[in-house]
Amino acid sequence: MEQRRTHKWDLLLVAGLLLLSAILFLFLSLGQEEGAGVRVCVDGVEVASYSLEQEGTYPLNGGSNILVIADGAAWISEADCPDDLCVKQGKVRSGGQCITCLPNKLTVTVYGADSAVDLVS
Amino acid sequence: MKASKLALLSLAVTLAMILSFVESQIPAMVAIPGVKVGLANIAVVFILYKLGWKYAAVVSLTRVFLVGLLFGNGVSLLYSVAGAVVSFVSMVLLKRCKAFSYVAVSVCGGVMHNMGQIAMACIVMGTTALKYYIPFLLLSGTLAGIVIGLLAAVMVRRVALSAA
Repeated sequence: MEQRRTHKWDLLLVAGLLLLSAILFLFLSLGQEEGAGVRVCVDGVEVASYSLEQEGTYPLNGGSNILVIADGAAWISEADCPDDLCVKQGKVRSGGQCITCLPNKLTVTVYGADSAVDLVS
Repeated sequence: MKASKLALLSLAVTLAMILSFVESQIPAMVAIPGVKVGLANIAVVFILYKLGWKYAAVVSLTRVFLVGLLFGNGVSLLYSVAGAVVSFVSMVLLKRCKAFSYVAVSVCGGVMHNMGQIAMACIVMGTTALKYYIPFLLLSGTLAGIVIGLLAAVMVRRVALSAA
């Protein structure tokens, strides 16, 4: 009996967390606007920003990570970090999405059309 | 402290370190920073149930510092400490609520480890852009916690500590 009651609460906790992650996921992805460009931050300081229309290859952070922009998406094609997680994170194109390279303290965050205006003003 | 208890704690720390190392050799399954199974938590949960929270705290912190010194660097140690402390405190608190068993305690530990790390990453990297990863980390922390909780439960049930 004891065992059964215990499991019920465990299941509730797990279900609650799964639900929470689903809700957060929907909340974050529904709120996504079309990406307008990417903002590159190293160590919390914005070092560069590119429009998603500026197709090309950009070495970031002294060449530690290579950013590629093409077809309205951005991705890291090469990096010198040990895990290469930033390369594996693939392409980002919607507002709010980001690519992170923890070892190089680098983030590439997509901003939407609205936030682009904020940047200028 | 009795010698047998000291020996047991050392064994648990060693086990946690070996599990950390084994895990570091597994290639990342998902391309999201912080997603992992957290095998070392088996040892922490085991000691938490067998000897209590003080001993488990010793195992958890010793493990984090030794693994950080051996295989990590300054920044990775920061992430590990943040994750381990938040995770440990949450597990101890949840264990006090008698309603939950191993799985819930371990799930809470897994999820809070990820949350502690992401909070530390936001501080270190000076950006809140990382919130994008929270749903994925909640999901992966929960799944990893279930696996670790079931494994720890088997260990707690099968391993008898007559010496300690």
